[in-house]
Amino acid sequence: MMAVPRYWREIPARYNLIGKRCKICGNIYFPPRSICPVCRRKSVGQMEDYKLKGTGVVESYTVIHVPPPHFEGEEPYIMALIKLDEGTYVTGQIVECDEKEVHIGMRVRATFRKIMEDGEKGAIYYGYKFVKEE
Amino acid sequence: MKHFYTSFYFHFDNMVAIVGYGAYVPRYRIKVEEIARMWGDDATSISRGLGINEKSVPAIDEDTATIAVEAARRAVKSAGIDAGEIGAIYVGSESHPYAVKPTATIVAEAIGATPYLTAADYEFACKAGTAGMQNCIALVKAGMIKYGMAIGADVAQAAPGDALEYTAAAGGAAYIIGKDGIATINETASFTTDTPDFWRREGQPYPGHGERFTGEPAYYRHITNAARLLMEKMGTKPSDYDYAIFHQPNGKFPRRVAKMLGFNDEQIKPGLLCPIIGNTYSGSAMLGLAATLDVAKAGDHIIMVSFGSGAGSDAFDITVTNAIESYPRQNIRKMIEKKEYVDYGLYMKYRGEI
Repeated sequence: MMAVPRYWREIPARYNLIGKRCKICGNIYFPPRSICPVCRRKSVGQMEDYKLKGTGVVESYTVIHVPPPHFEGEEPYIMALIKLDEGTYVTGQIVECDEKEVHIGMRVRATFRKIMEDGEKGAIYYGYKFVKEE
Repeated sequence: MKHFYTSFYFHFDNMVAIVGYGAYVPRYRIKVEEIARMWGDDATSISRGLGINEKSVPAIDEDTATIAVEAARRAVKSAGIDAGEIGAIYVGSESHPYAVKPTATIVAEAIGATPYLTAADYEFACKAGTAGMQNCIALVKAGMIKYGMAIGADVAQAAPGDALEYTAAAGGAAYIIGKDGIATINETASFTTDTPDFWRREGQPYPGHGERFTGEPAYYRHITNAARLLMEKMGTKPSDYDYAIFHQPNGKFPRRVAKMLGFNDEQIKPGLLCPIIGNTYSGSAMLGLAATLDVAKAGDHIIMVSFGSGAGSDAFDITVTNAIESYPRQNIRKMIEKKEYVDYGLYMKYRGEI
């Protein structure tokens, strides 16, 4: 379960893959970081918003058969480590793809889906998942 | 009063156009035979009676908000505009994910239109999206906004075993309205009464309907009156239009209403999606228009008439401009062809029924 304030804080990243770019070294980070681990204190105040395109390649993946409670009913589903075209990595679910079909090197693009619901009365959390790029 | 409108609609400053459009239909389908098998109905007679073969089914993680966002993103991308310049977003649906909390804000955030805009959700069963279009037209005409976005999207609900289950589908379309674009909106007209044909009470999971697919006093009366009023305002007749789109609760009604008004099958053919995706409610007429714009040429004249809840129709008179030639059209029919069939059990699971 996720707290509503945390979800709200992470909306730019979850909806639109907005990360951070260090103006000093040019490195891109997702999820967003407030300090660049390379440039350290020099990067204070030098981290700018950077919108990732959402396209990339499956670097590795796994198939979840026993999901955490909020994802029950979706199993089996694919979780993948995706190398985005900008060079940064993101973990995400791949939907509308058979587990026999997914493979390392497969091109994917981000889509907008429901991630989970906080029960029947709570908030609905939306965000990115990935589908095959066609 | 009608003549008052027609007198100045050609005035350049009052021009309003569709700047861009985007559509989204979920990938999953269920066949009429599969639903009929479940309830012991005769699939052939239902399929023939309703003029429908299969309908779209949302994935387990899709709802009206995700469909609206997908359609909206495609519209913004195709139009090539800065989403920050959108001054109003209206989402029409009868299946908003929250009873209280707008879908429009989710869309606004997801396309990067926040925070300087007005946004709201509309509800008028299947015609809420076109009501949003009319509001955007008015706001653009008044000079209050540069661009407005109107979306019609639904994951339509139907009680298991109800006649509506054969048609209640999922999909949506988004339109960006501005001063000039790919298609000029010449005029709009509405016809509204309080006809209790289709409703859902607060807290109820499924809608109810007065009579099975009430025809005469609801669908036919409202669509024909709105269409005739529009043609009277415009001084047009059915043969003046290259294409026509009428709300599609099934595959049969739009064909019949077209005939009643004097339109032929060729005029409605490109926009008739119900036989292959079902009734996408607020998305229905707007998806039909999108599929029509996909094939339209500069100068083509289009009429679209929506209908909702037994009680209202919005009609639009549209002329396609030269800008359509360079517009990156999405090809909705091609998107619809990418499909995967589910059986009744999976359909129930995806709909969150089990």
